[in-house]
Amino acid sequence: MKTVVSRDQVQGDFVKKVAEISGENFFNCYQCGNCSAGCPSVNEMDLLPSQVVRYLQLGLAEEVRNCKSMWVCAACMMCQARCPKGVDISKIMEALRVLQLREVDAKAHIDVTDFSEDYLERAPQIAMISGYRKFLPL
Amino acid sequence: MKKLGVFVCWCGSNIASSVDVEQVVVQAAKLDGVVHAEHYMYMCSDPGQQKVKDAIKEKGLDGVVVACCSPRMHENTFRKAAGLVGLNPFLLEIANIREQCSWVHANNKPVATAKAVSIIEATLDKVKQNLPLETITIPLNKRVCVVGGGIAGIMSALDLADAGYEVVIIEKEPAIGGHVAQISTTFPYFQKLPELLQKKIDEVNAHPRITVYLSSEVDELEGYVGNFKVTIRTRPAFVDHDKCTGCGKCFEVCPVSVPDEFNRGLSQRGAIFRYNQGSEHQLPIINRDDCLHFSDGEQENGEKCQLCVDACAEQAIDLGAIRSLQEELVGAIVMATGYDVYSPANLPEYGGGRLPDVIDGLAFERLLDPKGPTGGRIVRPSDGRVPKSVVFIQCAGSRDPERHKAYCSRACCMYTAKQARLYKRQVDDGTAYISYMDIRSDSRDFEEFVQQGMEEENLVYIRGRVAKVFPEGDVLKVFTADTLSGRQLEIEADLVVLAMAMEPKSGVRELAKKMNVTIDGDGFLSETHIKLYPVESSTKGVYLAGCGQSPKDITDTVSQALATSGKIQTMFSNETLIADPLIAEVKEDVCSGCGICIDICPYGARIMDDFKRISMVNQAVCQGCGACIAACPNKACELINSTSRQFIRMVDDFSHKAQMA
Repeated sequence: MKTVVSRDQVQGDFVKKVAEISGENFFNCYQCGNCSAGCPSVNEMDLLPSQVVRYLQLGLAEEVRNCKSMWVCAACMMCQARCPKGVDISKIMEALRVLQLREVDAKAHIDVTDFSEDYLERAPQIAMISGYRKFLPL
Repeated sequence: MKKLGVFVCWCGSNIASSVDVEQVVVQAAKLDGVVHAEHYMYMCSDPGQQKVKDAIKEKGLDGVVVACCSPRMHENTFRKAAGLVGLNPFLLEIANIREQCSWVHANNKPVATAKAVSIIEATLDKVKQNLPLETITIPLNKRVCVVGGGIAGIMSALDLADAGYEVVIIEKEPAIGGHVAQISTTFPYFQKLPELLQKKIDEVNAHPRITVYLSSEVDELEGYVGNFKVTIRTRPAFVDHDKCTGCGKCFEVCPVSVPDEFNRGLSQRGAIFRYNQGSEHQLPIINRDDCLHFSDGEQENGEKCQLCVDACAEQAIDLGAIRSLQEELVGAIVMATGYDVYSPANLPEYGGGRLPDVIDGLAFERLLDPKGPTGGRIVRPSDGRVPKSVVFIQCAGSRDPERHKAYCSRACCMYTAKQARLYKRQVDDGTAYISYMDIRSDSRDFEEFVQQGMEEENLVYIRGRVAKVFPEGDVLKVFTADTLSGRQLEIEADLVVLAMAMEPKSGVRELAKKMNVTIDGDGFLSETHIKLYPVESSTKGVYLAGCGQSPKDITDTVSQALATSGKIQTMFSNETLIADPLIAEVKEDVCSGCGICIDICPYGARIMDDFKRISMVNQAVCQGCGACIAACPNKACELINSTSRQFIRMVDDFSHKAQMA
């Protein structure tokens, strides 16, 4: 299968959005592969972390959107610690997750109106944050 | 009877571990004529050399054998030492008992020891027949001829002229500056090249010690180091540049329109033209091959075209001018012949030479030049539209041993990065793709320059060789692979720029033959030694600089050019040249004048004496290689101090020993 690469993709909205949310410049990456070499979760990934960045460089939005790697990423930040060019891939992965959650009909686990004022006073903050963490419909 | 001395070196354990040096000394002392024999741990050290000197003085030695490493290492050391105490240096010989004995017989001490003695014995027999020799002095003409007026030739010439020597530059084109004149900007600091170059060109033109021959080539070269005679053939300009005011009326009337070579075919020019249309410094010339006056182009009234002659108010044009031959006598030559761009037509799969919007890197440089055909605007040659997507293809013709050039052209990685960055600076909503196999950015600030291109200009580097480029509608489709993502890619491009390989300038093969300079398999001029003699050619007195020797960037070219200047100044620091006397010699009564040696000599050192009808040796040129001695059918030549008599005696020594064993 031939992959079409065009200016519209390379400078497309999706990659611009990922760059904006993550604050990272994919073009800093020179594809050495050190992130993929050190990643502890790579066995469960369908795309290597370096491949995710490569696809973003080429503007291949669909491939990146549909990859499992962003969900496998444990945000351990090993990649960021080792990257010789200072690219924070865990931020990129987070940006991909955020975009995915924004795009699909994702719901928060809780609805704050379900709880009483009294309960909300007592509920631990971290539990509330976890409750707001969205999940994807299957 | 000669009084001989033998000095055996241990070379630490290199020799002493497998050769019993004490035993060798005992044996050597018994040999015919030996009056002194000793051994020492490092004979080449100062105290070791002192031992040799002392023995020569005290025992009055008139022949010395030092048994040590290869003569390549220390023959000079010991000969110099011997010379200091009054022994003719050529009466000292090295017996190589390291490379040819101890190292090859490391596990067999008796054999190594016996062999060392044989080698010494044979060398002693050679020394006995050695003649004391004096070095040869050769007159030296302290003028230089620089072949090629590109940046290498210019820098070499300026440095030599500033050092006080007269320099002659021979330039094939009608203007000096070479390819650098076509390039817009340097990497990695984005400096404007035309300004830098023009400053140097002005210096050359104003220099009292530099003479420039434009539109000229080397017709013939005679002579040898220190004493060359260069015959220079000059094509006429047909325009008297003393009269010409550069008004340009002749350009307007010339009916001819041909692609402008300087602009890589991106614009047209007449038969009378400025070589570099953008340079107000240049005056018009006529290219004979394009001019209707010289072709069959008769006008309707039956007369030959001379519209430019009629248009010229200054009467500066003379169509009757003929080519001229001039001679220059020089002592050294710099070959700065430069390169040609490997033609894109060699890459039909990329549409090279066929698709107007597939251009080479040098053409792209012309687009970037503010005085170039587009005034510095990057546009498509086909329709003048600004390209929004440009694919740069590196290694176009390079690194392809099967079909094109096996070598790396060295400058392309960097100039492609530079061009892509300049493109992005001009067309900021455009996308630049760079197809590469490796990025070779191996000099100061080069890697940073490339990385900056990726980071700041977002250049899309795609690792893989492009398979093909073809037009679809009014765009180009580029099929390639990205080996990093493992994908086959199809890229839409408005413009494709091929970073074509550099190849040696056309005609260099013939020139090298005239100069007696060897060339490599690719046609580049070869140096004597890539590490230690990088600018010396195979002919003494001929030096190499720039891309004629191998592809390189401006930095390396200039370094090399200045190196040639340094080497020549070293040579010119003496009033005469000194040559080694270990060269070929002719027995005049034996030579039949067959001339075989003249053809065989790789240095052009054998010459026929037309009066005596025998082949003579040019002492200044002969390197003592011995090729003529092997080739001579009637043994009329000999290598001084390496005569066949001496060698037969040495072989006898060895075979005698072998029979005894």
